[in-house]
Amino acid sequence: MHLKYESTLREPLVDGVKDYHQVTEDIISPIEAKPGKLWYIGLFISILLLLFGVFSVFWEVYFGTGVWNLNKTIGWGWDITNFVWWVGIGHAGTLISAILLLFRQGWRTGVNRAAEAMTIFAVMCAGQFPIWHMGRVWMAFFVLPYPNTRGPLWVNFNSPLLWDVFAISTYFTVSLLFWYSGLLPDFATVRDRAKTKLRKMLYGVASFGWTGSTKHWQRHESLSLVLAGLSTPLVLSVHTIVSFDFATSVIPGWHTTIFPPYFVAGAIFSGFAMVQTLLIITRKILGLEDYITIGHVEAMNKVIVLTGSIVGVAYLTELFMAWYSGVQYEFDTFYNFRAAGPLGWSYWIMMTCNVISPQVFWFRKMRRNIMVTFIMSIIVNIGMWFERFVIICTSLYRDYLPSSWSYYRPSWPEVGFYLGTFGLFFTCYFLFAKYFPVIAVAEIKSILKTSGKNFKDKMDVYEDQSVEKFAHDNTHH
Amino acid sequence: MAVKKFVVGSFDDEAVLFPAVKKVRQAGYKIHDVYTPFPIHGLDHAMGLRETSLHTAGFIYGITGTTTALSFMGWVFTTDWPMNIGGKPHFPLPAFIPITFELTVLFSAVGMVMTFMYLCQMAPFVKKHIFHPRQTDDLFVMAIELSDKTSAEEVKGFLSSVGAKEINEQTAEAGWWLGRFDKEDKVFAK
Repeated sequence: MHLKYESTLREPLVDGVKDYHQVTEDIISPIEAKPGKLWYIGLFISILLLLFGVFSVFWEVYFGTGVWNLNKTIGWGWDITNFVWWVGIGHAGTLISAILLLFRQGWRTGVNRAAEAMTIFAVMCAGQFPIWHMGRVWMAFFVLPYPNTRGPLWVNFNSPLLWDVFAISTYFTVSLLFWYSGLLPDFATVRDRAKTKLRKMLYGVASFGWTGSTKHWQRHESLSLVLAGLSTPLVLSVHTIVSFDFATSVIPGWHTTIFPPYFVAGAIFSGFAMVQTLLIITRKILGLEDYITIGHVEAMNKVIVLTGSIVGVAYLTELFMAWYSGVQYEFDTFYNFRAAGPLGWSYWIMMTCNVISPQVFWFRKMRRNIMVTFIMSIIVNIGMWFERFVIICTSLYRDYLPSSWSYYRPSWPEVGFYLGTFGLFFTCYFLFAKYFPVIAVAEIKSILKTSGKNFKDKMDVYEDQSVEKFAHDNTHH
Repeated sequence: MAVKKFVVGSFDDEAVLFPAVKKVRQAGYKIHDVYTPFPIHGLDHAMGLRETSLHTAGFIYGITGTTTALSFMGWVFTTDWPMNIGGKPHFPLPAFIPITFELTVLFSAVGMVMTFMYLCQMAPFVKKHIFHPRQTDDLFVMAIELSDKTSAEEVKGFLSSVGAKEINEQTAEAGWWLGRFDKEDKVFAK
């Protein structure tokens, strides 16, 4: 009946003996069970971090941005570093949910739900930094172009910082809509098998009255496809615009045309690392190894080694251009202030973590090793944080006037703010992992009969058949 | 809508469902709907549903976003508050591209989702009749609407002959109403 047949050479996307009901059972039952001790401990630590972050931000708002160690030379420090880092992490979720959908990559179904959740939480964290960096944060609404009593004086539509406002808010909105529209059918599944009244009520409200009608599915498919088509250029535009914050300025080390592709590759690189960190733990604790298989982990590691190498090429291109252009300022920034100088250590951490260490993933054994993957995912995230730090701080700390050269280390409210966003991120993620279907149930069911292990085992008979016979046998209705 | 009578049959295999849909339609029964736990490609065509135009709506919302962004920024910088920034043009098109693009995507996505919700009549606290609790789990549930002339027994027999597993008769509201899924609501009067 399916005129779709997947070679048995491809490894199954769903392991074990499954039917549709078993898929529901495996993915939904953790929602219905009481969470384990680890979940409570994790959530508690996350909330503590979040509260510390709230306190740090309160301190900054009460006393002013002066409590941060930013100065006249270094106007952007940890805050913008963290902003770019978090936005970048979000990109993997959209890549998985949108770009891989357009490329018809079946393996995305196992990881897309959690990755999109990660995107949304990461963008929420990212948004905090530019907002609180405004200092007089109660005037944050001045970034919106609304008819006002100041003239009306409009915002500057030529400024990359304003483009950021539009890019980030659009990105958040569209990701949320995409994610939630995919969740509707799965919430309905939880609702219809709920045993308790409260669960039936809550998931009933959350599912918006989804029934699974064929017409609704038809529209849902169309909606998902168009949202994927919209999200694909959107995700590329978001980090491009973030890179414009730097590239449109005249600071040596920032004023380069390779920034957009370089930033997008770096974003996907760090995002996939974060997906690995989260999913390796999630699959273990929720027992979802059949759905997030070693094959999934390997596929993501391939993306990591590819994007990591693109980032490496970008670093080398920067170094080459700094020398080849013959511009003294560029040369000094790259060779004397980044690779050497008081902040030179951060450059070498970046190089080691982002360019050298991911090369282990050229080996299949390493790509399929969970422990190696987990450690690598942490290393890559550290490396990508340092990339942003290097770009921002090592360009700023040596400016055009040697008397204002400076050094930078963060104060406790800056560190606290960063830790607070970890708290926000993980609080959201823990709640998500408990109350939401962490794998797209309906999507797994739709690939089960072509890519499930027990169904693939029966496909051996087709391997020797001619295409004509297969098509003839399977198109009768 | 209204309260109607249905004969409901559930199938546990898509391979049985497809020929069944075809036979039911050939026999002249009116399929109210088929409820499935996941999208089944080709089922909409088998049921004779027309293609959705949702993507066309998305395109229209998109170009609305494009024109909104361009005309608003153009109006601000050329008419409402023109500023001389180093003699640069008042309508710098390249600098307007990022925001224009973002608004195109935003209008299109938000518009499409709202339209989707409207067309499918979905919102928080909207309740609809669920013919079988496993229609969102592992069963494909076909609801056939009974007219005054069709006999329920005949339809039941026909459904079992085309491979339906569980077959029963239900009286239900065909549309939506405001309600909660943890409560048994009284359906509307005819």
